[in-house]
Amino acid sequence: MADFQNMTIERSSVELTKQDFVSDQMVRWCPGCGNHAILSAVANVFPKIGYRKENFMIVSGIGCSSRFPYYVNTYGFHGIHGRALAIATGMKIANPHLSVWVATGDGDSLAIGGNHFIHAIRRNVDINVLLFNNQIYGLTKGQYSPTTPMGTVTKTSPHGTIEHPFNVGELTLGAQGTFFARAVDNNIPLMTEVMFEAAKHDGTSVVEILQNCVIFADKAHEMITGKEYRDENQIHLRNGEPMVFGKNRDKGIRLNGTQLEVVKIGENGITIDDILVHDRYQQDPGIHLMLAKMAPPRFPVAVGVIRSAMYPTYDDLVTQKIQNAREKEKIKTVTDLLNSGDTWEIQ
Amino acid sequence: MVKKVQRRDEIVVKFAGDSGDGMQLTGSLFADMAAKTGLDLATFPDYPAEIRAPQNTLAGVSGFQVRIGSKRIETTGDQCDILVAMNPASLKANLKWVKPGGTIIVDADTFTPETNQKAGFSENPLENGTLGKYYLIKAPVTTLTRAALKDMKLDGKSKERTRNMFVLGFVCYLMSWKPDSLLAYFKEKFKKKPELAEANIVVLKAGYDYADTTEVLPSIIHISKAKMPPGRYRNITGNIATAWGLLAASERSGRPLYLGSYPITPATDILAELAKHKSLGAVVLQAEDEIAGICSAIGASFTGSLAVTSTSGPGFSLKSEALGLAVMTELPLVVIDVQRGGPSTGLPTKSEQSDLMQALFGRNGEAPLVVMAACSPADCFYAAYEASKIALEHMTPVVLLSDGGIGNGSQLFRIPDVKSLPSINPPIAKPNDPEYKPYKRDPDTLVRKWALPGTEGLRHRIGGLEKENITGTVTTDPLNHELMVQLREQKIEKIADFIAPQEIIGNQTGDLLVVSWGGTLGSTQAAVEEMQEEGYSVSLAHFRHILPLPRNTREVLSGFKKIVVCELNRGQFVNYLRMKYPEFSYLQYNKVQALPFTIEELKNTFEKIIKEA
Repeated sequence: MADFQNMTIERSSVELTKQDFVSDQMVRWCPGCGNHAILSAVANVFPKIGYRKENFMIVSGIGCSSRFPYYVNTYGFHGIHGRALAIATGMKIANPHLSVWVATGDGDSLAIGGNHFIHAIRRNVDINVLLFNNQIYGLTKGQYSPTTPMGTVTKTSPHGTIEHPFNVGELTLGAQGTFFARAVDNNIPLMTEVMFEAAKHDGTSVVEILQNCVIFADKAHEMITGKEYRDENQIHLRNGEPMVFGKNRDKGIRLNGTQLEVVKIGENGITIDDILVHDRYQQDPGIHLMLAKMAPPRFPVAVGVIRSAMYPTYDDLVTQKIQNAREKEKIKTVTDLLNSGDTWEIQ
Repeated sequence: MVKKVQRRDEIVVKFAGDSGDGMQLTGSLFADMAAKTGLDLATFPDYPAEIRAPQNTLAGVSGFQVRIGSKRIETTGDQCDILVAMNPASLKANLKWVKPGGTIIVDADTFTPETNQKAGFSENPLENGTLGKYYLIKAPVTTLTRAALKDMKLDGKSKERTRNMFVLGFVCYLMSWKPDSLLAYFKEKFKKKPELAEANIVVLKAGYDYADTTEVLPSIIHISKAKMPPGRYRNITGNIATAWGLLAASERSGRPLYLGSYPITPATDILAELAKHKSLGAVVLQAEDEIAGICSAIGASFTGSLAVTSTSGPGFSLKSEALGLAVMTELPLVVIDVQRGGPSTGLPTKSEQSDLMQALFGRNGEAPLVVMAACSPADCFYAAYEASKIALEHMTPVVLLSDGGIGNGSQLFRIPDVKSLPSINPPIAKPNDPEYKPYKRDPDTLVRKWALPGTEGLRHRIGGLEKENITGTVTTDPLNHELMVQLREQKIEKIADFIAPQEIIGNQTGDLLVVSWGGTLGSTQAAVEEMQEEGYSVSLAHFRHILPLPRNTREVLSGFKKIVVCELNRGQFVNYLRMKYPEFSYLQYNKVQALPFTIEELKNTFEKIIKEA
């Protein structure tokens, strides 16, 4: 697996397999929960990424998603509600040789942990965030979350919610995110693909996974992930390729003035050349934001890597500043420090 | 003009003015000069929470008190011998802190009907006899400053700003010090603005010369050099000493220093100081909030750093949940709480000792950790070092309580030999250790091993859920939970084997044992020692280790007819002692005015207690 730019993290000298990451813990998610497939994708992708298995670090907060570290045989840390990104930030900047992964949910990282979410992204700390979005609080048994669609009836919104939900991509880009990808829990190859790209990206990589909670919000994403809907309601973005979707691959996304629109290729003189070509690397997040916000019924939901822009990472800058100071500053030891500035001898 | 020389052992000077008058700088420079003359000293800044409160109001008064002397200086003194007041408000606010017969130097130019009224004087206090019991020097500071700079091409505001140097020059003369050492300081400070350096120097000299030529000074003061242990010295504030103690612990332990903190008065200086020292490998994150500060530190601790978070009371409250996580995961972590007046936002710039109960018990569940308290500005260095040593060697969070008084106050600090500090040996697990289990403990200390990510053969997972003994697997087994609660508690109690026994200043038995802890050492020690000299049977036990308490605490408490516990709170340590050692009866002396104890009030209290049968 080529083109990993970051040489800070040591690579494995032997080929790793899925077995290297199997933990001895019994997986305790509900049968049919989307998390099982996410776990599978992680087990697929870690050996492919190719770092030493001791250099992977998985961190979580609280919620169903946050049991994740126990189920993967890496160094793991199960934190407290909402704080996974703060914990992960400390880990990565204190030890840049680790590949740090955060498993979190929509409640964990967008409600109680919202502050850490936006600030980790703003700093562009090199961590990979797997955000399991099931639009519900599962572990506390079914209360609405910051991504629950307006009007949804839950245990704490018996008359329907009256809150506008967050769009994870919009929030990520609003916080100056450098990487955003979206995947769905019933497509393991897609999850594996975007996780691999997230690992490759230097900076905070947010991967939103539309995940199904079979108990408290079953089929919340059905219009996007359901067999009969997915061809028309998902568009898999690939860098450098025109944005085409649909069962017959005859629909595309076009930029009309300042707005995106869905067009049919072959109708009204529209050809493939009119279709927007995906450029995930472009610095300006304008188009990325529009793509991240697309939703049925007017648009398909964008999956794949939507944005992956190059910016310096916080951890690299910390390392550089320390290196520079070590070269330039006169104070090399604590003894130097204690004796610096105004001191005098008393006999 | 030759003036009479008055010999003194010590003197207390307070510089007071508007927040923008540069009183903190003036006081610091005065202290530095005293130190270089060979005197011992202590300083205490007293400033408002507002950066620039309305001019000439009481709310805007900023002060800096310095006590210097040829004997050992333990506190900044109850009252001052010399007050420098740059405006009516600073005179009004500080008058009650001047000793009867003390000297007051004012900028007479600032006493106008309008400013007098703003300060709450109905008429000019310089003229109506209000200051009859003081020796008053009415110096036209503003006028003379302007005159001294009349030929300099400098804007009016910049000229005005040098008024503080006039009074500093004046006081230098009064102390029989030549202001020469300051010339180099200004040249360095204003390297890029030589005209400002010159202006400050000109005004400083003008103040000095004014004191020399004027008739107003009947005598000057001479204090002979202090007898201090030989060595290299510097002046240091508690917050800087704390930061340096952490750096020393990092160097000696070989663990890189990580600080995750959020700005909060009066603890911010620790964050700002450590941010400077990247050349010593300190990684500093100014976090988005207090919670991120401590959580990022926990992350850094898991991956092998000497991890620290610094804060003050309200921020400490926010860190409570994460502190429980550090207890559960048994990771090294140092939390520094520079206490201030509370509750809530309270009195941000004033000092108090009212976070003790929060440090001891402010978490959900049975969550024991180590609680220590620094005793003086210079002691902050050693306290931070020891807190780090305990955290790293015993795999536990340690709360180090400092306070605004010692954090911002300064003291002379004899520079230690870093190599002579006790070694720090964290229990790091070896690669591929076949015996490694996350919660397997050393049988003597009950300390678990620290398995650092990246190490071969030690992959493991821990977190906030209850752990199975030894393996660390998540479990809700009832008996296991009880066992783990007990193990965590015993681990902390065993740390008592690794701390110094409690010392008693004075005899081991007697009429009265004074008990105090943390930042009040200067006051209680001075009061007790003065009474000992006066022949009273009184001793002092000043605590630095609070959880666990030193092993000999019961023995220390048992030698006296009476015990009085003195604290700047409503009785938090005394109630802790009542819980731990209920067999003794405790008297208490408490003050919650967000002010330090005065030696006088302590002595009066102790005398009364001894005399009451």
